[in-house]
Amino acid sequence: MTAPIARRVVSDYVVPTGTLLGALLLWEGATRAFHIPRFIMPAPSAILGEGWEWRYRFLGHAWVTLYETLGGFALSILVGVPLAVLIVYSPVLKSALYPLIVLAQSVPKIAVAPVLLLVLGHGEIPKVIVAFLVAFFPVIVDTATGLAATPPELLDLSRSYRASAFKTFLKVRLPMALPFFFAGAKVAITLSVIGAVVGEFVGSDKGLGYVILSATSYWKTELAFSSMILLSVMAILLFGAVSLVERLVCPWLTPESED
Amino acid sequence: MIRLDHVAKTYRTRRGDVVHAVDDVTLDVGENEFVSVVGTSGCGKSTLLKLVAGLTPATRGTIHVRDQKVCEPFADVGFVFQQPVLLPWRSVLDNVLFSVEMLGLPPWQYRKPAVDLLELTGLGGFETKYPRELSGGMQQRVAICRALLPDPGLLLMDEPFGALDAMTREEMGLELLRIWEERRKTILFVTHSIPEAILLADRVVVMTPRPGRIARVLEIELPRPRTMALEFDPRFKAYSDDVRSLIFARRQERA
Repeated sequence: MTAPIARRVVSDYVVPTGTLLGALLLWEGATRAFHIPRFIMPAPSAILGEGWEWRYRFLGHAWVTLYETLGGFALSILVGVPLAVLIVYSPVLKSALYPLIVLAQSVPKIAVAPVLLLVLGHGEIPKVIVAFLVAFFPVIVDTATGLAATPPELLDLSRSYRASAFKTFLKVRLPMALPFFFAGAKVAITLSVIGAVVGEFVGSDKGLGYVILSATSYWKTELAFSSMILLSVMAILLFGAVSLVERLVCPWLTPESED
Repeated sequence: MIRLDHVAKTYRTRRGDVVHAVDDVTLDVGENEFVSVVGTSGCGKSTLLKLVAGLTPATRGTIHVRDQKVCEPFADVGFVFQQPVLLPWRSVLDNVLFSVEMLGLPPWQYRKPAVDLLELTGLGGFETKYPRELSGGMQQRVAICRALLPDPGLLLMDEPFGALDAMTREEMGLELLRIWEERRKTILFVTHSIPEAILLADRVVVMTPRPGRIARVLEIELPRPRTMALEFDPRFKAYSDDVRSLIFARRQERA
């Protein structure tokens, strides 16, 4: 019993952690051995040190980026899910909206961001909107796929029990779509981070994206790196949070006993 | 109980072709009768069930259930499909309760009958399991319990054991008969297995495809309760030979 658990701990935690530490050591050693200038490739220790020095200022910037990310993510769900419902239930709305949605998705968001900021001005709202624009597509497409994935027999069954369309939606189609929705939401949350940073790149004086941009213009590469790492950590934590919510909302997807 | 009078159903495919799924079907099914419908795929067997359930309107002809003309879905029907189509997020018990919930009945009043049904079908103790923790045969038992829970007078079964392995299939057929003996209802049972159709039913409706028509209705005069041993009965063999010749020798018969 203990042997397989021990093996799992080794394969799930020890091996990846060891690999990461090894890579960091190699990096540290290389920068020292070859005297690489810190503005070209700072050592991990320098990045960590700089990040530690910035810890209080980082808090404020991270908060802004988190706020923009979550705002964009929330908006993508609030807009994406109802749109997906409309698309699945109304063929007319589907042919009306789908091309527009695909068009909105195909426009490069980095190209839209400057225009948006020009129109909406500075502040967090334009970044929230850029994050939303980057993130909404997988939410719509995956939720619509999920809503359409209900087996026709189940719809016949509901109809044979004379259940209303709303009841069928609530008790059959919506829960059936949940795993699909979460697949889209997991992609959307990571895209939201990207969207927020893109928005900050175009014009801002706050946020982790702004820190990266200003740090690079002052050749403070280690600061840019630590901001980048902070962003990645944030994205991973947000992804984990969405996965956690998924596990809580869809407990039937996670096997109770795993061999 | 069910009266089909010159019923026809045609529909258009996406390419615009007209398909005669069911053509000129006239059939009477008595109260508490077990009727099998057998035929090759595409002979309109499933369409027939949908027509009786009021899920799809007939193009021509009329359908009456208990002297009520069928125009839309009505209560008092249980449906079982080839796939169990359970709700993966619901426990076994909650899946059984799904039918009464959708009917707008108070599910808490049906908990005890639901547990009893699960017991009856050999699923006692599985109430809190999720469907994916069950085998295919067990899942189909849950689907049957779901259909039986509101105690419908009419049970429509669309190849209910078609997705099961041969051994589970025979076992489930006899189990269905046992349940049917215990709580009598009218059963319309669609299958593409000739032995299954004969073993279970009072009458076997043989259908031929394109357009879906009734070739003949055979009275099965085999003693009940039925057992697997009947398959060695000479009468059983005679019935299956009859059905087989009706299905496969249709062209010669026509000529």
